[in-house]
Amino acid sequence: MSNKQTLVVIGNGMVGQYFLTALMASDHKARYDVVTFCEEPLPAYDRVHLSEYFAGKSASDLSLVEDGFFDNNAITIHLDDKAVAIDRVNKTVSSEKGVLINYDKLVLATGSKAFVPPIPGHDRENCIPYRTVADLDDMLAAAKEAKVGAVVGGGLLGLEAAKALQDLDLATHVVQFGPRLMSAQLDDGGASMLRQKIEALGVSVHTNKNTIKIVDGETCAHKMVFADGTELEADMVLYSAGIRPRDELASVSGLTIADRGGITIDNHCLTSDNSIYAIGECASWNDQTFGLVAPGYAMARTALDHLMGGNDSFTGADMSTKLKLNGVDVASIGDPHATTAGALVYTYQNGVDGVYKRIVVSQDNQYLLGAVLVGDASGYPTLMQYYLNGIDLPEHPDSLILPSRSDESVGLGPDALPASAQICSCYDVSKGDICSAIDSGCTTLGALKSETQAATGCGGCAALLKSVLDCELEKAGIEVNTDICEHFPYTRQDLYNLIMVEEIKTFSELIHKHGLGKGCEICKQAVGSILASYWNEYVLKDEHLSLQDTNDTFLANMQKDGTYSVVPRMTGGEVSPDMLIVLGQVAKKYGLYTKVTGGQRVDLFGARVDQLPKIWKELIDAGFESGHAYGKSLRTVKSCVGSTWCRFGVDDSVGLAVELENRYKGLRAPHKIKFAVSGCTRECAEAQSKDIGVIAVEGGWNLYVCGNGGMKPRHGDLFATNLDKATLIQYIDRILTFYIRTADRLQRTSVWMENMEGGLDYLKSVIIEDKLSLAQQLEDQMQHVVDSYQCEWKTTIEDDSKLKRFRTFVNSDKHDDNIIFVEERGQVRPASKEERAHLKLVETA
Amino acid sequence: MTTWIDVCSIDDLQPNSGVCALVDNQQVAIFYMPEDDAIFAIDNYDPFGDVHVLSRGLIGDMAGRPMVSSPLYKQHFDLQTGQCFEDETVKIPVYGVQIIAGRVEVTVDGAAQ
Ligand code: SRM
Ligand SMILES: Cc1cc2nc3c(=O)[nH]c(=O)nc-3n(C[C@H](O)[C@H](O)[C@H](O)COP(=O)(O)OP(=O)(O)OC[C@H]3O[C@@H](n4cnc5c(N)ncnc54)[C@H](O)[C@@H]3O)c2cc1C
Ligand code: SF4
Ligand code: FES
Repeated sequence: MSNKQTLVVIGNGMVGQYFLTALMASDHKARYDVVTFCEEPLPAYDRVHLSEYFAGKSASDLSLVEDGFFDNNAITIHLDDKAVAIDRVNKTVSSEKGVLINYDKLVLATGSKAFVPPIPGHDRENCIPYRTVADLDDMLAAAKEAKVGAVVGGGLLGLEAAKALQDLDLATHVVQFGPRLMSAQLDDGGASMLRQKIEALGVSVHTNKNTIKIVDGETCAHKMVFADGTELEADMVLYSAGIRPRDELASVSGLTIADRGGITIDNHCLTSDNSIYAIGECASWNDQTFGLVAPGYAMARTALDHLMGGNDSFTGADMSTKLKLNGVDVASIGDPHATTAGALVYTYQNGVDGVYKRIVVSQDNQYLLGAVLVGDASGYPTLMQYYLNGIDLPEHPDSLILPSRSDESVGLGPDALPASAQICSCYDVSKGDICSAIDSGCTTLGALKSETQAATGCGGCAALLKSVLDCELEKAGIEVNTDICEHFPYTRQDLYNLIMVEEIKTFSELIHKHGLGKGCEICKQAVGSILASYWNEYVLKDEHLSLQDTNDTFLANMQKDGTYSVVPRMTGGEVSPDMLIVLGQVAKKYGLYTKVTGGQRVDLFGARVDQLPKIWKELIDAGFESGHAYGKSLRTVKSCVGSTWCRFGVDDSVGLAVELENRYKGLRAPHKIKFAVSGCTRECAEAQSKDIGVIAVEGGWNLYVCGNGGMKPRHGDLFATNLDKATLIQYIDRILTFYIRTADRLQRTSVWMENMEGGLDYLKSVIIEDKLSLAQQLEDQMQHVVDSYQCEWKTTIEDDSKLKRFRTFVNSDKHDDNIIFVEERGQVRPASKEERAHLKLVETA
Repeated sequence: MTTWIDVCSIDDLQPNSGVCALVDNQQVAIFYMPEDDAIFAIDNYDPFGDVHVLSRGLIGDMAGRPMVSSPLYKQHFDLQTGQCFEDETVKIPVYGVQIIAGRVEVTVDGAAQ
């Protein structure tokens, strides 16, 4: 019997999951057996970014649960099962599917539901709340037929729902009960500016409309009838008019419920039963519920601390928000409506650019109390810091919102912030936390993010985080050493530029001009790769041969026993039976272990160095070419069978994969590059996990970039949609050349993207909008590489002087007698050390 | 008395890289840096990977010492002393090597034990 206590968490939404993750990261996880109930069929996902589902994200992209999280932590999750009763006397929870479980401690994280006005006709077909992935699937289904959509609710969520309708290509209406949009956050001026902007995007806004019933429509499926007698027809109606805490289970279990709804909690997030906590949107603290995720996370931390014997308090939360609605920046801080006694207001309005800003300051002009920003929210981080940290305002507070006057510096340097200043509200990371992470060696943004989690939630604090980092590094006089190695006081990018500008063609020229000593495996390989990317000469040319890693010098990957693997190219994973037979024959002749790789081709293992040219000669004669499995270069373009055979295929994915692989084969890069092409959104080729992923859709090809499998998987970012093939190839040319020019050595595209200042938007501006006027150059450079392609193995076997190198010994035809194979499952494998010793004994006996 | 064994012609060497010779049943890795007129011979056996591959490593210098980096797991060995840079307890045998009239000669005397 385990002497552990049982902890049950009801609700596996954003806050429930945050609680579980924090618990598992704490020292106390061993104290509890943990069970959680999740009403939805999916474990926790990112509701905040829900609307990205319509812009190409999948449910799994939105997941907040790391692979294997529940298994690895021995948490029992009852998925798709709702907790229906809590027996507080016997301390049990029972579920809809009949699970009955004893708890010692219980955490309620049941969230909210969208408020659906209880009017006649509210539950007609395709009248959908906007809250869950299941709701989104209903919307997708409804959108197939629908032409016009209406959102009930003109608040933050309503406007987001409107964006979703637009993404679904519906004529979009927003119906607002009150006189202005986002009434909780904005004042009249801000709201009317927002309205103008939203309308300019093609959304019709109807204010002061109280919907009293929904009935059959004449031109559309439904007709909404308003109290003032007007009507609006729509095929789909979304409810996004506020939320209601899910306190029904708590209520029937006899817990205290607040007057305005929500489970009453104290400062430790305990409910009226001291074995039961409530956290997140279902909880009411001080008669207040919080419809944002950051306060929920703060409650989760508080409850966890209390559970572990601590005494932390939840002290309310800041409801400031900044968001982009349909591309319109909107932010609200603190007390935007100036309800504080004596508050003073400064307003700036620019009708031409559609910018509205307002700050609310204390009577003595000293502190910031609130702010509203519409159309330009760039001042948000600075204003937030003034607000949260009570920093003294500058002499003219309006300088914070007026276009900058040249003699006054407006921004608040990160240096001015106290150590207690909260930089990341999602993960509660203070400036002090960040400084100590920097002190302990996190000197890059990437390292800081993974150490502190700052900027890994909503991302809103990323710019501030970077400026704190820069400022601290500068203060500490830390000059981050970016030299590639002891032989060159330069970064890879510097070396690239030197080679390009001075037209340097060899390593020795470069090191004589710009470096020291003889070089090492780091700079030699990096320069070898740059020379190959830029000039694309034969990599075994005398001047280059010694630059390559072992794998490149022998054009094959060295295995653990010193033998090599042979990987011929199979473009798109396509292979004819005849070619397959040749491969089998060669493998058989040379006794090679044969395996299908994860990259849709066949790998032959166990070739001695002296056998490599012979094997390759036979393969090349049969029509194969090098697969570049050894190079930091294009590997494979994986494909699915596509429209040629597949009943769902939208386009010819194999054809495109073959074409792309042939175009970019041999391309040397800072690291290996993988592509995939899927014939439809079922994504059988797993394109979203590749550096370059392409998916066929009705309107053309969707391009995903900077995905990665491997050690740190990353889903690719949707880069552009509905491309024709010519544009697709043009973009890929530009992206890859830009990557080759600017990435660090051994940096995959995923990490390159993550470290890129400005991220995806910046990359788009360079590639699509040609912000740096580089596009033509990038394309030309790629075209040069494409035109100068050669199969390195073919060149090698035709040149006797190169073949010399493929001898085991310069002075003998013997073989390395340490290479010994044994048989397993009908094929060879390298003998283990013990087996080798044994076999040698047998031989000499 | 040192026995020098003729191994190959200087043309058989790989400039700025290595080759392997079989000398008295010992695998000897020979590296050649023509710009410095330098030639080095060390054992071909990589004690970390337990295989004979060092001749296929990349060469250069580290902190001013000529070195080879193992093709398997990238440890560095001093080409003059055989000392491993990463692990001071590991040192591999080095052999005598010379170029006489365009021929490369190696001696494995003394180092073999
Ligand atoms: C042969 C193969 C495994 C197999 O039997 O399936 C393989 C074998 C090796 N992989 Fe891999 N990887 C193979 C597919 C993959 C895949 C799957 C894919 O390509 O779809 C991945 C994850 C996808 C990705 O890269 O995003 C993969 C992620 C890695 C990584 C981690 C890369 C990363 O970014 O985290 C390494 C290590 C590295 O490159 O630094 C690696 C490194 C290696 C090396 C080169 C390790 C080494 O130095 O010896 C292996 C030698 C290959 C050889 O000797 O031929 N291999 N490797 C696959 C060859 C595919 C091909 O046809 O070329
Ligand atoms: C479209 C949209 C956009 C948003 N944008 C933002 C934003 O930009 N910034 C921000 O801060 N917040 C935003 N939010 C709000 C944010 O998503 C919520 O604050 C957050 O999800 C609250 O987390 P929670 O765990 O309390 O509730 P939820 O995430 O709703 O999770 C509660 C879970 O409990 C389950 N559950 C309920 N009862 C039971 C039961 N009896 N048994 C089992 N399971 C049960 C529910 O099915 C649900 O899965 C947005 C929300 C939406 C819908
Ligand atoms: S991705 Fe689409 S076309 Fe390709 S095999 Fe799967 S279902 Fe068929
Ligand atoms: S504030 Fe959301 S990630 Fe930092």
